[in-house]
Formats: sequence, C-alpha cells, structure tokens
Amino acid sequence: MKAFTYERATSPAKAAAAAVANPGARFIAGGTNLLDLMKLQIETPTHLIDVNRLDLDTVRETSDGGLRIGALVRNTDLAAHKKVRRDYAVLSRALLSGASGQLRNKATTAGNLLQRTRCPYFYDTTKPCNKRRPGTGCAALAGFNRNMAILGTSADCIATHPSDMAVAMRLLDATVETVAADGSSRAIPIADFHRLPGTTPDIETALAPGELVTAVVLPRPIGGSHVYRKVRDRASYAFAVISVAAIFGKDSNARFAFGGLAHKPWRTEAADAAAAAGANAVADAALAGAKTTEHNRFKTDLVRRTLAQVYAQQEIRA
Amino acid sequence: MKFDQPATINPIDRARVVGQPIDRIDGPAKVCGTAPYAYERHDAAPNAAYGWMVGSAIAKGTINSIDTRAAEAAPGVLAVVTHANAGDLGKGRMNTATLLGGPSIEHHDQALALVVAETLEQARDAAKLVVIDYATGEGRFDLAAAMRGATAPKDVQGSPADTRTGDFDGAFAKAAVKIDQRYTTPDHSHAMMEPHATTAAWTGDKLTLWSSNQMIAWSVGEIARTLKIKPDNVQVIAPYVGGGFGAKLFVRADALLAALGARAAGRPVKVALARAQIPNNTTHRPATIQRIRLGAKKDGTIEAIGHEVWSGDLPGGGVEVAALQTRQLYAGKHRMTKHRLAVLDLPEGNAMRAPGEAVGLLALEVAMDELAEACDVDPVELRIKNDVQYDPEVGPSKPFSSRKLVECLREGATRFGWDKRNPKPGQVRDGQYLVGMGVASAFRGNIVMKSGARVAIDGKGRITVSSDMTDIGTGSYTIIAQTAAEMLGVEASDITVRLGDSSFPASAGSGGQWGANSATAGVYAACMAMRSQLAQKAGLNAEDALFEDGMIKAAGKAIPLREAAGRDGLSVEDSISFGDLTDRYAQATFGAHFAEVGVDVYTGEVRVRRMGGAFAAGRILNPKTARSQVIGAMTMGVGAALMEELVVDTRFGYFVNHDMAEYHVPVHADIPEQDVLFIDELDDKSSPMKAKGVGELGLCGAGAAIANAIYNATGVRLRDYPLTLNKVIAGMAKA
Repeated sequence: MKAFTYERATSPAKAAAAAVANPGARFIAGGTNLLDLMKLQIETPTHLIDVNRLDLDTVRETSDGGLRIGALVRNTDLAAHKKVRRDYAVLSRALLSGASGQLRNKATTAGNLLQRTRCPYFYDTTKPCNKRRPGTGCAALAGFNRNMAILGTSADCIATHPSDMAVAMRLLDATVETVAADGSSRAIPIADFHRLPGTTPDIETALAPGELVTAVVLPRPIGGSHVYRKVRDRASYAFAVISVAAIFGKDSNARFAFGGLAHKPWRTEAADAAAAAGANAVADAALAGAKTTEHNRFKTDLVRRTLAQVYAQQEIRA
Repeated sequence: MKFDQPATINPIDRARVVGQPIDRIDGPAKVCGTAPYAYERHDAAPNAAYGWMVGSAIAKGTINSIDTRAAEAAPGVLAVVTHANAGDLGKGRMNTATLLGGPSIEHHDQALALVVAETLEQARDAAKLVVIDYATGEGRFDLAAAMRGATAPKDVQGSPADTRTGDFDGAFAKAAVKIDQRYTTPDHSHAMMEPHATTAAWTGDKLTLWSSNQMIAWSVGEIARTLKIKPDNVQVIAPYVGGGFGAKLFVRADALLAALGARAAGRPVKVALARAQIPNNTTHRPATIQRIRLGAKKDGTIEAIGHEVWSGDLPGGGVEVAALQTRQLYAGKHRMTKHRLAVLDLPEGNAMRAPGEAVGLLALEVAMDELAEACDVDPVELRIKNDVQYDPEVGPSKPFSSRKLVECLREGATRFGWDKRNPKPGQVRDGQYLVGMGVASAFRGNIVMKSGARVAIDGKGRITVSSDMTDIGTGSYTIIAQTAAEMLGVEASDITVRLGDSSFPASAGSGGQWGANSATAGVYAACMAMRSQLAQKAGLNAEDALFEDGMIKAAGKAIPLREAAGRDGLSVEDSISFGDLTDRYAQATFGAHFAEVGVDVYTGEVRVRRMGGAFAAGRILNPKTARSQVIGAMTMGVGAALMEELVVDTRFGYFVNHDMAEYHVPVHADIPEQDVLFIDELDDKSSPMKAKGVGELGLCGAGAAIANAIYNATGVRLRDYPLTLNKVIAGMAKA
C-alpha cells in the first residue's frame, strides 16, 4: 500500500471537486474491494476521499412510485428493505447470493456497482493485464479462463464483471445518478453505465473523472415473478459461474439479464423478445455472438440448462 | 522405553480418563484470544520489526541484478536481505528448493528478498521497490507432458518404488472382468487457517524462533543447518499452531527470513507469508496421474490388482506415494504397483494431509465402484469379499496388527441406510436434484515415531508434563493430560501440559497421523518411570502399586503423590521408541465412508446431502477430539472431490488461483450432516496406548465416496478431479 492522503467529504459536489483536483484520488466507502487492491498495489491512489458521512444512505420512494437507493446504502440493508423484498425481489435475492454477511454489512450500493473484476491475472502484478497496465497484453486470453467472459469480449480483455446486484439492477432498468465537480447531476441508464472492454479495458464505466455516484433509481415496480439463479462452484461465498436474473410477467412476457458472461451485466432485447418461445430461444438470442475458449465453452451449455430450469420452475409455480 | 512386544494389560486399560470425551483444555484460551500464535509474541519479543517477503516473478532462471536501493531508502525500512548479503547459508535436508533463492531461481515466488521495516505497511510498500532483472530460463510445468520422461524414485517412504507379486500381466489378461482406467488429481494447497509465520530474535549468537510449525525438533536441526549455526544455539517455540496439514512439517521461508531479517536489523523481526504468497512459495500436494487395473472373477473376486502413479517435483524432490494403499487394502494373488517421478519446475511438492492415500484412494475406490458395477455386485459386498487379514504382498506370515474394515463397512452401511440405495444410476429424483449414494473404503498407514516427555511433580503435588509435541488444533494438550492423569491416578484437570518448545524433550511431533498415538505413548513411558520412582520413594513396589485418587496404594498403604514426591518434588524423563512390531505386523487404520449427494439436473452443481463414516483406529483416546479430526478430514474430502485445484499456468509455470477467493475449499454451506462411528478396537501391537492415528483417516476415501455417489445419482462417471459442474454437465449431455 502506497502512502496516501485522506479527507472526509462534506457534500457530494465537494467530493467530486476534490477528486478532480487530485487526479490520483479515489472515493472510498465500504472499502471491501479498494483496500484489498491497494494492499496489492493494483490500485495506488495518492488521495482517498471518504464519502461515508454523506447523506446518501437512505432508500426513498420516488414521485413516480419507484425507489431511489442512496449510493451508501449497505448491501445488507438494501436486501432486507421491505419494499425491495416486496416489489423488487430479484434485487434482494441477487444481493443475498453475493459475498458473505460480513462483506454485505460493509459493502455499499455504489461500491458494488464499481467493484473490479476477479480475473486472477488482474490480481497478479507480475503478470500481463491490459486492464491493470494498458498495453501489457491479456494473460487470460490463452491462460486460465474458465471463469472468463464469452460475450462482448475483445482481443484485449475477457474479464467479467463480478457483481450479482448489478445484474438485477440491469434487469430492473435502473438508472445511476451522479454528481460532477461543478455540482451538476446526471442520470445514466444502467445499460450504459458499464462498458465493454474494447481496446480500453481499463476504462470500465461511463463515469467522468471525479464524477460521484449518488444513487441508483429503480423505476416503479412491474410485478411478475422474480428469479435470481446463481450457478456456482460451491454453495456460498463464490462468484457466479453464470447467473440468470429473470422476471416473468403475464402473457408469456419475460425479461432476462445474465451475470458471469461479460464485462457488464448482459441483457439483450432479442432475448426478452424470445421469452414466449421458451428457454432455448432465449438462450439462442442471449448467446448470439458468443466467443468461447476451451475452458469456458461450457458456459453456453450452462446458460441453456439454467434457463431451462428457470422456465421449468415457472411452470411449476404457474 | 522400548516398545517391541505387544502390550499387555496396563494402566491405560482402566479407561477412566483416557477414552472420555472431555473438552479441549486449550479451548477457553483459543476462544478468548489469549492463546498467542507465532506472529503475536509481543510479550516475548517486544519491539519486533516487520518483514515482507519478495517472491520471484518467474518460475525458472537467474537474477541478472537485484537493486535494493530504492527499497532501502523508503520510509521506515531497516534492512533488505537478499542472497547477496544473507551470508553463507546451507540447506536443510527436508526442503527441495533453497528457502532464499538467488542468483538461480528454482520456482515461482521463491523468496528472493526480505524487506524489514518499522511497520507492516512500510515493509509491504518497500517490497514493491525492489527491482529484480531476470534472465528467464526454460522450465517444465506440464505433468502430462513430462510423465513420459518420469523415472523410478530411489524409494517411496523407505519401501521400493515398484512392487510385483505373482504374475500380474498374465492374470490381468486372463481375468473375466477387467477395469483399466486413468484418473487424475490436481495440485492441492493446504489452506490451513494460520499462514506460515515466525517471530525471530537473536541474543548474541543464540536464536529464538516463535514459529508456526508442526515438528519442533526437526526444525531446530534444519534451521541450524541452513544458518550454519549450532543446534544448541537455536530454540523453536510453538505452543499454538493454527493448522498445518503438512505445510508446516518443515522450516519454510518465513522462519529463515525472520532469522536473517532479525540479524540484519539488530532486533526482533516477524514475518508472515501473505495468503496469496503461500501456494507458490511453500509446498503443496502434487498432482497425480494414475492408472488402475483390476482383474476379477465374475463374482468380483480380485485376481489381479495394479496401480501406477505419476507425479512431478523439482529436481531432487519426491513422488506422491499414491499406490501405497493398493499394496495392502485388498486381496488378490497377482499384484503390481509403480511410482514414477517427473521433473517439474513448479513450486515444491511435499506432504499434505495423508500423503499418498488421500489421492490414491480417489482413484482406487472409484475403480472399485466400477468393478462392482461390472460384476453386478453391491459395492459394499465387493469390498468385504476382497478383504484380507494379512499383507497380501507378503502372505499370512505378516498379519495386520488389527483390521476391522469389514466391521466398518457393515456397521457404516447399516447406520447410513445403504440398503435404500438404488443400484441403478440416475433413478432417484428429489425436486431439481438427482440423488445418489456412494461408498469407499478408508485406509491410512499407521506410522509410529519415537517420542519423549518429561513428567514432574512439584512440592505442592502439581503435575506438569512437558514435551516439544505440537497441538496444531488437534487436541494434543488434552489427550496428553488424559494420559498422564490415567497413569498417575488423578484427574485431567490436575495436569499442566506444556508443549511446543525445543527446550522440552523431543517428541514425535504432529504429522502423518502419528502424533496422538506416539506422543501419548511417550508420556506413558515417562509416567511409567515416574510411577516407579514415586513407589520407590514411598517404599512400595511399583509393580504392585495402584495409582488412584491422587495416591499410591499398595501393601495396605495409601500415600498421596505429593508426599511421595517429597518437598523438592520429582522430575523424570523418558521416551518411547518402537521395535520391529511394524515389520512383523502390517499396521494400518481402516474405515468406510458413505456419502449421499444431490446433483442439480440442470446445472450439474453437486451438493453433498449427508456423509457418514465408520472407523477402526485402535483405542480412541478422546472421542470428542477424534470426531472433530475426522469430520474436518471428511470436509477436506469434500474439497478434494468437488472443488480444490491449484490451476497450473504452463506458460508462466505457476499456480494461477493462488488466493482463497479463487482456490475454493468448502464453506459451511457445503457441509451437511456428518455422522462418525468409531468401531471398538484396541491394537496392542501399535503402542502401549493401543491406539493408532485417526486424524487423516477421515480424509482417505471420503472424496471417492462422493465421486461414486455422483455416478449413482447421474450415471456420469468422472475420473478427473475436482468434479466441477462443467464436467458433470458434459457427462450428462453425453448420457
């Protein structure tokens, strides 16, 4: 860990301004990912802006019946929130499938969105990684890539985004609200929030330098049957091999988002449109353009099988 | 005391204290946080500076140059140790690669430098400033590719690398039913809870190491050889060890670097390996490729049994002895075993819990399941049918000292409800799960080791047992107290046990499941000497004396021990050493594992639903601590079966998933009900305690029972561990 300076932010705009003034700065909230990365010198901020005291830790109803989730709401609190459990069950289930109780107590909504990949080569500073050190190459492409992405990959990076929560938020068409250094705010649809790796896998989100996430807004509830099926190598405390988030509505309508497949939560209009045609059609649509390696080829089969299970369980419920 | 004749009736047979399920006496200190571990000896070594290891970023090659100037100039840095300034170092006998590398580099993350600073953060930061210019060499990292060039090792744990009995090839060729399959197991990491850690302090030329270590006496010799100092000048202290599983049988880099760092900094230094450094810096259980051939009559009677093993290690290293159990577990007139060692430049392979059997049974016991199916014989019955009460490589002249495999299989099957198993695979469905049951025999050799202890009674009558025996979370403190209490006719709470200090008599240490039996036998020997001296001082005949209620009773007299010991107290020391009973008798521990799994019919996720086991391992010294050992071992079996794998990246020559986020071991949610039954058994040829090892037995075969249960659930036969969901769904897609 490199030595760093520290300040406690007093308002979102001031936090953003401080970040712009210190190009080496990072915001810190729960610190469950950033501190680990700092110890390994994968992240080497020269300045930390502690946002924990900002008034961003509440969940409130919006005027149109949705929910505004403060950036600092802890994962545990969000998962247990009465309205989340009742109206956005997929989000509650996704949160509870992630990490451990201790981590969820600490981890925040914005921090979860911004967590970094778990690619083992990203974590090893003695190995090439375009995300960690642009231009050094991608060690995972021809290396151990069982857990890597199969959709939206590039020749420079095949890392996945590890969040469960973000997959549910993508399914719910959430919007990420931010504040910039000049005090202006904007709303970024979650579909545009995370980026595909392309030639710049080190740039992971649409956030401008210094821009601070203040909230995630969920649109009004859409009802339906909510599913979060996380497939994993052990029963708890494991990142998703793949995950399927789904909401089944009336008249064979459904929508789907996937984790463990790409650099961002994966959702396609074509997959949603294929809902009435069944699991295989949804899989075909979702997996269009999939590019696999020897070690992660099974993921396409696993997506099909998991969708089949999700459908079968809907039929049992119906 | 020499143990060279079978034990007769002795004081332990009273089983008033020994054999009782008493709580661990170190338990309160552990849960209250007052049991100090190696990295926490602020009390003994105040003002310790912090060392951080710099590991090699390449697997094979040499250091062109190493520039420590920036690190030395960093805030708080006190010293930087490298091969260039470490002084003249020797090498221990038990480590294959040197513990401080350079200029030549033998494996990835081999220690190349230690940075010592005032704080951990300063040391860790400055470690990144050590600039090493490498000349990268060609290495061999692929076992499958290297196995062709593998050679026979000199010996495997003192026995020949290869054995042959009868005419294996002829008998196998003629057998009515044949199984000929290849199995693979990956490299495993010990993943014990406490990392390798040492605090070191020099006083003049005397070195004290508070080190997390299983084998104190070995370590004194090894550190002396490495530092080229006299063993008398080395003290190793390890009263509490947070798990080892074989990772801490030897002196590792933490201990050497702490000693060198303390010498360079002129004050105590402590070094703990970061979790992510452990898999590539320290030892691991080597991967194996195994071929098993079973030739049997139609009724399942084995005629020919062959087991071949390939594993790799650094030049001068050792083979994974995975065919050893196949020499003794089942009958069969025609037999062969073979071990071959390939040279690999991966990190050092070495012992991990039940070396040999742990992975050998992952292969053999699946092959037995395959044979049972091919012969249409129940897998439990097949094993019973092929039981043998003597060493089948030698013949009836070498019987087992005790062997209750059949009892374990029968009683275990009854308890588990084996009769409810549907022998036809893929038939039982419970919601989203296909459900199956599997069985495997458990087998682990019974190793005994010389072990000493000191027993003292002070003027107040308080009894203290001292020995360099370690308690690695196993319950050594407790069973030693029980042994001394039984021998001297007092309660366990009357005994103070002091362990893990090289100034105490050398013991067997903890490893190879020899610790409990051997160390308590050493305490038995010392207590016998104490009984004799007490009796003598009391003017009684020790042979006739009864030690009970805190008194020596004989000839109508009852004299309190305190009185007999006298005002100055009494201190005696003895050790147990073992004669040729291990040659005259085959000695091993036995058991049967049962597992029920659910396999998600869609995703192939395997979840263990129930485990049960029956074990025969001589006298169970404390059923509570023994059960804890066994269920922990069964849990490790779940890991080996379903998830544990150090993934080799053959381009860089290292284990990629070298932290506990990516190297999966079971979590609580993976572990269901575990039922453990100990079969009544006393083994009078093993030791005067009539006990044997049990800590590793619970691992041996546990994973195979799970693999067989997966087959019973799904009809998918998997032979390449770990049995991850991608392999399961590939198999289900074919079925």
